[in-house]
Amino acid sequence: MSLKGKDIVSIRDLSKGEILEILNHAKEMIPVAKGKKKLKLLEGKILASLFFEPSTRTRLSFETAMHRLGGSVIGFADPSITSLRKGENIVDTIRMADAYSDVIVIRHPKEGTARMAAEFAEAPVINAGDGAGRHPTQCLLDLFTILMEKGKLEGMKVVLLGDLKYGRTVHSLAYALALFGAELVFVSPESLRMPKEIVEDCIELGVEPVSTTDLEKAIRDADVLYVTRIQKERFPDPTEYSRVIGSYKVDMNLLKHAKEDLIVMHPLPRIDEISPEVDKTRHAVYFKQAFNGVPVRMSILSKVLGG
Amino acid sequence: MKKELKIPRIKDGTVIDHITAGQALKVLRILGIPEGTKSIVSVAMYVKSKKMGKKDIVKVENRELDPEEVNKIALIAPKATINIIRDYKVAKKFRVHVPDEIVGIVRCPNPNCISNSEEPIESRFVVVRRDPLVIKCYYCERKPDNIADNII
Ligand SMILES: [Zn+2]
Repeated sequence: MSLKGKDIVSIRDLSKGEILEILNHAKEMIPVAKGKKKLKLLEGKILASLFFEPSTRTRLSFETAMHRLGGSVIGFADPSITSLRKGENIVDTIRMADAYSDVIVIRHPKEGTARMAAEFAEAPVINAGDGAGRHPTQCLLDLFTILMEKGKLEGMKVVLLGDLKYGRTVHSLAYALALFGAELVFVSPESLRMPKEIVEDCIELGVEPVSTTDLEKAIRDADVLYVTRIQKERFPDPTEYSRVIGSYKVDMNLLKHAKEDLIVMHPLPRIDEISPEVDKTRHAVYFKQAFNGVPVRMSILSKVLGG
Repeated sequence: MKKELKIPRIKDGTVIDHITAGQALKVLRILGIPEGTKSIVSVAMYVKSKKMGKKDIVKVENRELDPEEVNKIALIAPKATINIIRDYKVAKKFRVHVPDEIVGIVRCPNPNCISNSEEPIESRFVVVRRDPLVIKCYYCERKPDNIADNII
């Protein structure tokens, strides 16, 4: 099995075996990601980092990953400085980047842009987020975090909390967790429930997810609590929003009901869905999770470049 | 009254039968008829049918539709049958079949999909399920609820 030359547009492009290959390799990348070990796996390779929409966190994580492995980076962080404003199409930019580089990382506000880029580029294309769409490297680093903290994915009881309807990060994650046989509990306000389609995908993979609005009960025997933001815009009524936010806040009061080794995850940035007092507890792994983006992306880059 | 009286028999050409009632005009549009056609086209809508209750029928004279162009019809009329007529006789008869990929026929209903922008690509859908027909945008992976309304 080789991931060399493979486009990673959606988590669904990867088999279970391929995901494991990336995650296992990411473990070896940790000391390199921390700068404790030198490994010039990608010396002489160039990454084209095309951010048609700013996302500092994801971009820095990819660029750090490339530099740590001895490669270099070209690209842009903001489309306003490129000729795109003058009406050049994206495909032409992709063709140019393809000619200059060995691997392309792309983020764009329109859904499906990475898939289109993969059609036109010879070099492997990695999707760093397309609109409300897919973000497979986020999904991989989430799986990696659970694997590192818990030692396994299978049988883990994972609670996904927040906006499960529009948040497509949780859609990919639910699919991937079901693929690995995790137990799933979906906690959200009634109006932001997990779409039927995703629930059906999980069932097809042999996992029967539980949907509930009761967070306190859901976390009692949970191993992982994955928190996502609920956006104010989703609620026409501001008092309804306040009520929802209040009942889904992750704080010490809530965590009293949790197992001692429950881990709390969040893709960051957070606003106020997790109280700062939680940061100091052993439950909080979201900063580690953010760091994990680097070894996971190192692993992905070296795998698709045949390292 | 026999249906032959409603639509005249044709000598040579194609008869598309068992079209989902009400979809005949869309079928013509998908086939690019009558744009630039020299053929005589007759349409019967809401004809009584034993199998379907009601159905539409389209007859195109002096033109034999090939299976590939006819398969597009399957998107809106999955039960349609095609009869190729030569000298008043049915020379060939086949059912429509939905292709595995549908390119350039259905518009993605997602306004934020890259296939709806000024890029050199055509709309593209992958067939997820055939009965009932479910298709998924190759680019944004959304599944349109109403295929017929999104035919280009
Ligand atoms: Zn689309």
